[in-house]
Parts: sequence; structure tokens; C-alpha cells
Amino acid sequence: MLTSDSCLSLHKHGSSMASDSNSSESQRIAQQRLRIIAGHLQKHKDDDSGTIATECKAEANKGTVPRKRQEIMKWNGWGYSDSKFLFNKKGQAEFTGKRYRLSGMVLPSLQDWFENTFGASVNHKSPATPALNASAVPPASLNEAFVEDLKATGIPFSHEAEDRVFRAHGHCLHEIFALREGKKFERVPDMVVWPNCHSDVVKIVELACKHNVCLIPYGGGTSVTSALECPPEETRCIVSLDTSQMNRILWIDEKNLVAHVEAGIIGQDLERLLNESGYCTGHEPDSMEFSSLGGWVATRASGMKKNVYGNIEDLVIHIKVVTPRGVIEKSCQGPRMSTGPDIHHFILGSEGTLGVVTEVTMKIRPIPEYQKYGSVVFPNFEAGVACLREVAKQRCAPASIRLMDNEQFQFGHALKPQVSSIFTNFVEGLKKFYITKFKGFDPHQLVVATLLFEGDRERVLQHEKQVYDIAATFGGLAAGEDNGQRGYILTFVIAYLRDLGMDYYVVAESFETSVPWDRVLDLCRNVKERINRECKERGVQFQPLTSCRVTQTYDAGACVYFYFAFNYRGLADPVHTYERVEHAAREEILANGGSLSHHHGVGKLRKEWMKESISSLGVGMLQSVKDYVDPDNIFGNRNLL
Amino acid sequence: HPHQATQMSNYCLNILVFVTLQQRDPMLKRDGFEDILEERRNSSDLKYALRCYAPVLYKGVTPCKANMLKNIVLQSDQLRYVINQVSQESGEAPDIIQEEASVILEEMAHRLQISTVRFFAFALSKAFKTLFQHVCVNEEGIQRLQQAIQEHPVVLLPSHRSYMDFLLMSYILYTYDLALPVIAAGMDFMGMKFVGEMLRMSGAFFIRRSFGGDKLYWAVFSEYVKTMLRNGFAPIEFFLEGTRSRTCKSLTPKLGLLNIVIEPFFKGEVFDVNLVPISISYERILEESLYARELLGVPKPKESTSGLLKARRILSEDYGSIHVYFGQPVSVRSLAQGKVNRSTYNLFPRHIPRKPMEETQSFVNDTAYRIVRLQEDNMVLKPWVLMASLLLQNLEGMELSVLTEQTVWLRGLALSYAAFLDWPDHAPTAKVVSSSLALHRGLACVSGGRVSLVVGEPLGPVTPEEALFNRAVSVLSCASYRNQVLHVFLRPAMLAVAMLHLSDEVYNCFSFLWDMFSNDFILCPGDTVQDFEEACYLLVKTGAVQMPQQDIVMTDIGQPTLSFFNGLLEPFLQGYQVVCRYLCEEASEGLTEKQYIPAVRSFAVKLILAGNLRCYEVLSSDMQKNALAALLRMDAVRKVKNRMISHINQTQISPSLSLVAVAEDLCRDGLTPSYIR
Repeated sequence: MLTSDSCLSLHKHGSSMASDSNSSESQRIAQQRLRIIAGHLQKHKDDDSGTIATECKAEANKGTVPRKRQEIMKWNGWGYSDSKFLFNKKGQAEFTGKRYRLSGMVLPSLQDWFENTFGASVNHKSPATPALNASAVPPASLNEAFVEDLKATGIPFSHEAEDRVFRAHGHCLHEIFALREGKKFERVPDMVVWPNCHSDVVKIVELACKHNVCLIPYGGGTSVTSALECPPEETRCIVSLDTSQMNRILWIDEKNLVAHVEAGIIGQDLERLLNESGYCTGHEPDSMEFSSLGGWVATRASGMKKNVYGNIEDLVIHIKVVTPRGVIEKSCQGPRMSTGPDIHHFILGSEGTLGVVTEVTMKIRPIPEYQKYGSVVFPNFEAGVACLREVAKQRCAPASIRLMDNEQFQFGHALKPQVSSIFTNFVEGLKKFYITKFKGFDPHQLVVATLLFEGDRERVLQHEKQVYDIAATFGGLAAGEDNGQRGYILTFVIAYLRDLGMDYYVVAESFETSVPWDRVLDLCRNVKERINRECKERGVQFQPLTSCRVTQTYDAGACVYFYFAFNYRGLADPVHTYERVEHAAREEILANGGSLSHHHGVGKLRKEWMKESISSLGVGMLQSVKDYVDPDNIFGNRNLL
Repeated sequence: HPHQATQMSNYCLNILVFVTLQQRDPMLKRDGFEDILEERRNSSDLKYALRCYAPVLYKGVTPCKANMLKNIVLQSDQLRYVINQVSQESGEAPDIIQEEASVILEEMAHRLQISTVRFFAFALSKAFKTLFQHVCVNEEGIQRLQQAIQEHPVVLLPSHRSYMDFLLMSYILYTYDLALPVIAAGMDFMGMKFVGEMLRMSGAFFIRRSFGGDKLYWAVFSEYVKTMLRNGFAPIEFFLEGTRSRTCKSLTPKLGLLNIVIEPFFKGEVFDVNLVPISISYERILEESLYARELLGVPKPKESTSGLLKARRILSEDYGSIHVYFGQPVSVRSLAQGKVNRSTYNLFPRHIPRKPMEETQSFVNDTAYRIVRLQEDNMVLKPWVLMASLLLQNLEGMELSVLTEQTVWLRGLALSYAAFLDWPDHAPTAKVVSSSLALHRGLACVSGGRVSLVVGEPLGPVTPEEALFNRAVSVLSCASYRNQVLHVFLRPAMLAVAMLHLSDEVYNCFSFLWDMFSNDFILCPGDTVQDFEEACYLLVKTGAVQMPQQDIVMTDIGQPTLSFFNGLLEPFLQGYQVVCRYLCEEASEGLTEKQYIPAVRSFAVKLILAGNLRCYEVLSSDMQKNALAALLRMDAVRKVKNRMISHINQTQISPSLSLVAVAEDLCRDGLTPSYIR
């Protein structure tokens, strides 16, 4: 009976809630009853679930992501195929396409910055393999009985090499590097299925259990923890369960300000669709263009504006998960419960090891009346951190407040477009301004905090003043809206920039942690130093770029995000070198009181530290949940534990 | 089982010893020296003292004014926490405690002034040129140090044999335009009013000798040191040995300050800390006979300015050369790799003082020993050191020709054991021997072709005790030179002794001696097996022993080496034995620590006068203290409310029994079961 509220009834129910505001209450209830009954009847009448699936399909696929992702997205890099950085014939950097603010623009200072920072040259190219070599993909080893039964359900699936390879990786450096190099794949999924709704997932999971097939849920594919990598030792047929077609908002409840959403929806679609009704979730992780709601739940995601809206665990009200043992969900939508440990917390961060998140009820907010960017320049990183700490102490953090270190500040300026109304001639202005008037600022020390305020206009302005006043006590000077906005744009294009770097012998990656306030500075300094030192010891010929920013503030600490990149010319195995350095950096983070992860998750990349992080007893507790929920390891991606 | 132990040792011998010696053997990599006095003799001291001095600091920090430093310390979370704690415990207002802290800091803090440094640069140039032939420094070490200072907080850890040490250190750093260190000095210097202040202005800060339970004092002190370290304002300098070694043997390191300077690394406050072992070797120590007298019970003269001025006559003597060797900086981070889990510091606020964890304590202890051994390794040994070792085994004197011949032989042995010997190039051996004798004419003389120790000529008639005392002064002075070479020979020498005494349980006996002597010599905790292997390796290497089938046997040519080694340790064995005998035969149950030293001394004097003992070194309070400490440690003696209770059974001891036999009895008696294998 757990599956009785099929997607059909839910969906119809949802749309009636959202749109039929004029129809009378009794009419609405009657209609609803009819539909529920119809749903039941249909299900009982003939067990051909294909009908339901067809029903699902009829409304599906309004979203951005097609089944054939490779039609709009790069198969071996970040984001849309039409958007990429390149150095044109004049050696100037350009960003192609039309999707972004920077699209179609020339970035005159990027080349200098790039060449100077990495010791790289636009004449030294390291181009990627142009197309997927099908012979490098191991043949699909299919479980025929499973395929037969699956065909009967009518749920679409594929075992084409391109589809399988696309779902065999996330966006870790080693994964993208291998794709670009055209390396042979050790293990990729044997097939891909595209369920259209919750009940499709139920069927797939039932069949997987019946035929002992390994399922790996796939949402947006933006993992950076090797979470999507197929365990090479897995001998069963591996099925990638792509949730992208489960992308509808099923209903919006304006009374309680919640929306019920299929978990495959990606961030940009969710916001766009909610915006149409005047709402937003406010959950904006940097990956929101591509990452999915289910993925957020499965990794404990964090959004840039969490100060106003909360992180994913604060935003979800209800979660529905299909596991090998059945469906887990709560019986009500009470805002808080004292009913033993919160079962949501077994799901949040479970990284696809327990089941598939199919539907989520999530808090929504009216779209804020007014938004304002801002920025503050500090003489050095220490002053900036002290200011953020004070802001957190006074609990007056704007929707977003981020502190970029000097390296990132300079990086940001390298992305200044040639002609633009938004990007004013800030650098020159700033230089003149500070060098003449506030001489104390060393351009190689100063850092910038970027701010985003939201709310009604008056309150935003008030809030802004409060924050700028605090900043002033730490020597901070307001540095304009454009500068702030550019900081946020940087986070959306940074992943595209990595692909540019890889075209010219530069590898790059980011990683994050959370750390108590009193250790922020020590951790940042020690991790950067450790990276520099490890690079040197491991034969990296050029000074690496190590940069960090404080991206989130909490009462008791902060989230710190690191960028790390180096020119790998002269290295035999750059990926291995990179991995050793990242490993060392993580050890340094843990030794300095930082956490294993703030929001990226553990995946397989950081599994080795789980015991150290949560104690072996803690690992045992998680293991026993796994053993109960999924005794046959159907969800066999081997993340986390 | 002993044989198993030996077997095991032999099994690992080839691999382990090779590795450890590769790690330790610095012979091939030692730097050359430059004489910094040479330039002083050829150019103006005044110009030198007034020249531009602009050292590079840690990551380019700007130097911190003394007052600013005090403010940082007084306002630190660490100190504020302790002030509140003390205030709550004592009921005094925090302001009053804060004031107290401020007074402590005032008393402690350095007030480095470049003018004072320049004064010293001038005055010391003059003094050094008069006193010493050369002051030699390894310039490559200086370059390494300069690099280290820019990259990480640096802690300078010189050996400590003379008052000269820290003035000399600052002098050298000034000469090379390096950042001047702040130096932890004992409070007793403050007794010398003017000099104390001068030292303060040249970078010394003063700490009380004992402040056991004084929480506030400890907090001020440790925060003061850590603040300087964390910010990299200046290199910190202190003496691991805690005090000047009166015997020229390295002393068991003290851990307090080392703990303080290492902690910021564990807490993540600095990326790394570099420890720089520095070996200062004096050809002749200024305090030579002063030390011998002190060891014999004449109390140390209180440091006073007038005392120092009287020491002016020192200026008319030739004290040979000084060698200062700046060792390879040791990264605490690398040392701690895999030994200390820094994340154990994550769950406790870093500003709350806490006793170091066991893991940390043993790491710091281990580090301290390693550093002292690195100091030892780079101590420069003069030919006289070898001659003194031989003379002490021939107290009745020896033919000059024999001495020369044996010195040459010993030189070969020392070199093959990686001693850092400064033997003049291209000089005939006879010349080397005679010039050594000339420099040390106060200790040894040649008459009628025989070389013997000089015994201070008494004025007028003397009692037998006085004569004995005079002789003891020259023996102990001479021993202070022999002691300099002990670290080179110690391990094979203990093996030689073990072979002589218990030929079938060599490892056990070695291990016993190792344990017994670990107060007298620098033996890194837990290194027994490694040291045993090193000893075997060295003796085999020089052909003194062979190791057929898990046995250790002397070779035909091994006799001179083994008997020299036996003679080398003989005074220590005898000394410890006398202490044991005293405790068995004479000591009453209620012996206090205070009474112990004079009592053993007079016991030994009696034995010597009666002709039953020929060992003068047992009169040294240093050896007496070490022996007692060893017996306490090994549970042969127990301290009950400051009184000693001996477990050594009288019946077990007779004068003819060697110490090793005593040890065996002790073991068999079950009092020290841990020594039975």
C-alpha cells in the first residue's frame, strides 16, 4: 500500500491545488476523490504499469535535461556544449555561447593572469580527445531477465556506450582528465534507465532486487567525490538510475509555504518554475544549474543563501525514498517532531547507498522584493575573517557573505570583460582610490568580501548599513555592487575555467571543509602551505595556485573553500600527483580541526577517513542501517562506508 | 631469552644498522669552517660594531617592539583565562592578578636594543681576539639557518658548556646579519645587576629556576615564548640541557621549554617549527678548574659582577679555538609525522592550558634526546681529547713516545667511528701532541720524557685529604676532556665491558649497562637494541670482534681496542660500585638526599686514603647524583619522604664484586624484574 498514492494521482492533486483557486471547495474535494479512485482503479484494473508510465511521460520532460544529456552538455567537461572558454587567435580569452553574463565577451586580462600565475603559455596546448572512442568502453554485461522484465514496464532504458559513459563519472579531476585523455574505462554502468515518477522507481528497485542487479542513482552528475564511479569489483549488472525525467513540481501549498517536488528536478528548473508562481526555495548551491534535488538530499547540500533559507536539512519537510525494503516516509508534515532520531537524517547524506529519493516536500518563500549585491575590501585576510566572525556573532549575516583571499581577488579581476556596463572600471578606480587615499592597503594583501542582501528594500538598506558598519571597525571599506556581483558570477564559471586550464597543461580542483572560528586562519594558512610544499616535494615544476574563501558563516564556525591548481608540464602522472597533494591537504585539514566535508560529501574519495571522523562505532551504526535497509547491497555504489 | 635477543639482533643487524648509521652518520656531509676572527683581526672593530645591521625575518614580519610584545601577551586569551582561573581560586580580583602577571612579565621580558648589541659586538671582538686563536663557524650552516628563519619559526638549541655560549651565539648571528635570538636565561644572572640588564638588552629574558606550581608564572612564561614563536618576531634560543655541563658530557635534556615551543605546531598555530641543534666546542673551557672544584663540593660562586671582573686574569691566557657548528634544521612536522595525531587537539579549546598528552610527552622527550645527540655528533674534538682519554687510563704517567703512538692509534679508531676530529693537516704527529700539551700545560706536563697530570702545587704543608683533593681536581679537569669523546665510543665500549663480564649473555649485560648509565650519557629512550646493533657494527667494522653464528667473539687484533674501551668506562663502573657499596655498608635507613653527597664523598675519600680505591672520579657529585638517580629509577633504592631506603642487600656486596655482578644479584633477587630477560 505504500505505493498506492501513485504519481498520477499526486500530480493531478497537486495541480488542482495550485491552479483551481476559483473552483469551490466541495467541487475540488469531489474531483480529488474521483481522481484518487481513478488511480486506484487503473492500478487494480490492469497491472500494466506501462499505462501509468505513459501517463507520467505525457507531462514529463519539460525540464532542461534531456535523456541524451550529451546532446546539450559536454561529454568530457563541465556544463553546456555551447559554453566554453578559449583563447582566440589574438591570444585573448573569450567565453562562447549566449547563456551567461560573460557569454560572447572577450576577457583581455585573463591571458596574462593565466600565464603569470601558472607559468603556462597559450602556445602550449594539451588538447582533449575530440570524441568518445567506443572501443575504450567495456561492453555492457546485461542481466537478460532483468531487461526482459524492465521492457514489460515500458520504462525507457539504454545501453548505448555514450549514455553509459556519461553516467560513469562525476566531475572529479581524475574523472574529467581520463575522459579528455581517452583512457580506457575500467567499469561503467551496463545500462541506464529513466524512470518518470515514483512508481517507476518502485518497479525498478523491485526488479533489481528480484534479479540481483546493482543500482546507482544518478541525479545531476555533479559529484566531486568519486560517488558515481562504478566499483570495479562489482560483477553484477550495474544499472544507472537517471532521475532527470522526474522533474515536476507536483503541488505547491501556499498556506504552509511548501512545495512537493519530484527529486530529479535540477536547481535552475526548480527555481524557474517556482518563480513563475512567485516563489523560490532560496537553495542555491554553486552547482544549481545542473545538480538535482535528490542529489542535494543525498549529500547534505548547502546553498549560498543558507543564512536566510537554511541548508537542505533545514529546507526539507518530507522525503520519500524507495529502498530495497520498501518506501521510507513520514506520516505527516509537522514542522518538527520528537519521534526518536530523525529518520530524515539517515537519508540526508546517505549518498545513494540506501535507495532513491523520489519526492521531497520542501519549504518555499515568496520571491524577495529586493536584492542587492555589495562588497567590502579589507587590508588583509585576518581582518576579513575577524569581520565575518563578528557578523556571525551578531547574527546579522546577509543572505550570502563570502570572503575571498587575495589570490581569488586577483583571479576575479582577470575575468573582467573588455566592454560591459555591469563591470565598471573597478580595479583602476580601486587602485587609485586606495593608493591615494587609504595608503595602507597592499594590493598583494587585500581581500574582498562579497555580499548579497535580500528582503524588502528598506530592511535591506538597513541591514546593509549594519554590515558595513561592522566591516568598518575591521578596516573594511565598501567597494561597490559590481565587484560583489562579479564574485558570484565567478562561482558559476569557475568550472568552465577548469576546462580551459586543462587545455593548457593546468589541472585544478576545489575542496571544502568546515572549521571552528578560532581555527579558520590557522587552517587556511597551514593547508595552503602544505599544498605548496607537497607540490614541491612531488616534483611540480611551477608554483601552484592555492586560494581559499570563507563561503559560509555559522554561529560556531565557518565553511572554507579551497581552489588548487598547477601547471603539470614535466610530470609523468599529473593526476596521481594531484591526488597525493589533495590527500595531504585533507590530512592537513583534519589535523587543523577541519571537518571531512561541509557539503561535497564523502563518496569514495574520502571514505578512508570516515572512522577517524565519526568513530568506528559511528561507522558501525551507519553500517547496521545499511545492512537492514539494503541487505543485498542493491544500491552498491559503495560510497561513504 | 637472552640468546633469542642476540639472535634477533644479529638477524636485523645488516639491515637496521646500515639504515641507522646512514641516518646518523654525518661524517661525509659535515661542512667546513670559516674563522670569523680573521676578519676582525684585519679590520676595524668599531666599524664592524656600527655597520648596517638589517636581518631578514620570518616571512618578512616587521620586528615587534618590546612593549607591544608585552601587550600582546597580557591580552592573550591564554593568559586571560589563567588570570581568571587564579582569581577565582584565590579570591583576589582579576585586576590584581593581571597586575601580578604584568610584574612577572616585566621581570622576565627581554629589551633587545641594537645599541647594546653593538656594544657587545665591539667588546666581544676585543675579548675574543685576546682569548681565542680562532672562532670557527660552518658557513653552510649559517646559510641553512638564514633560509629556515625566513620559512618557519626557528628555535636555536646550542650545547651549553660555558657562560660564553649565549654571548657567542648572538655575536655570530650579528656577524652574519641574522636575526638576533631571544634567549632564555636563568634568573641567577639577574643577581649581577649591571650585567643582567646588559644581557636583557642584548636579547636575554629571564626565568626563575623553579616555579613548580605557580600557574600564573607558567602561563606568563609560556605565552611570552609562544607569542614570539608564533609571530616569528625572533628566533628563540635556549639550552636543552638546562644548565652548563660541568663535565663536558651532554646532560639529560630538560623538556619544559621544548614542550612550549613545540605546542604551537601541534595546535596548528604554526605550520612547522624548526629546531636547530648547535654544537659549540671549546678547545679549552674558561671555567675548566672552576667546574672541577664545583663537582668536588666547593659551591658554585654566586654570579656577581665583581666576580666576573676578577675573571679578567683569564684574559691573559690562551684558550685555543672555538668551533661552532650549526646543524641541519630539524622540522618538528617531519619528526612528528606518524607519531602524534594532531587532531587530538581538536576537541579542547586551544587557549586553555592542558598537560601534554602521553603521546606528545614521549614525542617531546624523544625529540629532546635526538637533538642532544645531534649536538654531540657535531662537537669538534681536538687531539687533546684523545690524549686525555689515554692519560686517565695511565694516571701514573706515560712515556711521551707511547702517548704519541697510542694517540695516533686512537685517532684512527675515532675516525672510523665518525668522530668529528679536528686534527691539523700536514702537521707531524709529534708536533700535534706537543702543541696540545703546551696549550693544556695546566693539566699535563712532560718531564724526563714522561707525561703526567699536573697536580696543583699547594702552598705550604698539606693534609692527605688536601693532597687527594688537589689530585682529584686535576683528574676531574682532565676527565672533562675525555668526556667529550665518550659519545663516540660509548656504545662499543659498553659492549666491550659486557663481553668482559658476561661473555655468554652479552646483550643482557649490555642492556643492563645501557639502562644503568642512561643518566650519565645520552641514550635515547627505547634505543637499546639499536645501540647494541650499532656497537656490534662498529666493533666488527674495526675488526675488534667477529660475529660467527650469533656469537660475539674478540679477534686476535681486538685486544687493544677492547681493553681501551674497558679502561674508558672503568671510572664509571667503579664510581657506581662505590655508591652501591656505600648504600649497603654505610648508609643508615634514614639517609636524606642532602646528606647523601657529602656522605658518599667521605666514604670514597676513606677508601682512597686506605689504598682500597684508586678512582678519583667517584668524588664527582655529578657521578654520585647520576648513580643515585639510576638506582632510584631501577628500584634498587627507594625514596620515602625524602629519605633513601636501600634494597641492596649487604650480603650481596663485597669489594671484589664488580658492579655488573651486583646487578646480576639484584636481578636474581627479583627486585628489578624488568631487567631479567
